Amino acid sequence: MSKFKKKTTSSQDIPTAALPDIIFMLLFFFMVSTVLRETTIKVEQRIPRAEQLVKLEKKKLVTYLYIGKPKDTSFGTEPLVQANDVFIGIDGVVKWVNEEKAKLSEVERDQITISMKVDEETKMGIIVDVQTELREANARKIMYATPQKAEKN
Amino acid sequence: MARSKDKGSQEVNAGSMADIAFLLLIFFLVTTQIATNKGLTLLLPPKQEDDEPIEIKQQQRNIFKIQVNSADRLLVEDEPLDDISQIRDMVYDFVLNFGSPGDAQKGKDKVSDRDVYNSLPASMKSYITRNLGSSESSDGPSSAIVSLKADRGSSYDIFIQILDELNAAYNKIYGERVGISDEEFRKLNRNDPRQKELYDRARSGIPKAISIAEPTTQGG
Repeated sequence: MSKFKKKTTSSQDIPTAALPDIIFMLLFFFMVSTVLRETTIKVEQRIPRAEQLVKLEKKKLVTYLYIGKPKDTSFGTEPLVQANDVFIGIDGVVKWVNEEKAKLSEVERDQITISMKVDEETKMGIIVDVQTELREANARKIMYATPQKAEKN
Repeated sequence: MARSKDKGSQEVNAGSMADIAFLLLIFFLVTTQIATNKGLTLLLPPKQEDDEPIEIKQQQRNIFKIQVNSADRLLVEDEPLDDISQIRDMVYDFVLNFGSPGDAQKGKDKVSDRDVYNSLPASMKSYITRNLGSSESSDGPSSAIVSLKADRGSSYDIFIQILDELNAAYNKIYGERVGISDEEFRKLNRNDPRQKELYDRARSGIPKAISIAEPTTQGG
């Protein structure tokens, strides 16, 4: 009996010495996976969801275009096209694509993929205009970026 | 006496270390946005030359027409349609119709419609012979084109919904052809040679021909 009693008095709390290590591990994971946003989005972005998504393999080749109503109403209420940090007009798309292409190595230039993040209230007119310009700039691979739709029951 | 006290605690008090780490962790948790490179891909047609008007005669039966007007109402094969989710099965039947499969080898894979038909699993073949093969619908997968024409005034939302259905139909065909579900087909990793082989086998001879037609300017 006395033997058992001795044991119970020794220590009753869980050793927490390894806790900081675990937390640090999580911390490093998030630090590494975090991509701090380079651009501030100035247009509304409520993107419609879709089911049949495909994941792009090569992240380096992807550039983003944001289309939607400007958040700042002094720019009006018509949808605008935002690239990087500025609004570009429809006629500025070709120039922008060429600038983006110049950032890639020569062999990859034709594989550039334009990811379009479009607000759901946008009308198709402006999207078609942008697509016509993208064809003009020979950036034919496009992607409509959408979040995954919840599973249907 | 003093010595025994020293023995009691010789290490730095690390109790608050966890709190500090937690603080940093929560900061990164909140600011992290795991980049989503996911969406619906599409390949635009090459640039149109002004001086040569493109007039490629396509048989009407080989084109599956979807039109959307500015009020987001659909006209599918010249019939109004309310339920978008029906498009999936209609396109599935359209592409796999094999009305008059030819032996001409088309595309970069040099696969004829008949080869495609022979490569299908038995369940799909029996479905095709029982329900499809209409002379009103497409000749074969290599000539089947889905044309989506959205008015300038139609919403992006409905466009994405339709495009989603079209992709669903094609993924279902590709998946069934190699014996996996459409979801498994979508998640094939093309960097893995074995999965790439499966992907290529599913797609050979059945091009994903989704054409986004130039829209009308009037809201019809």
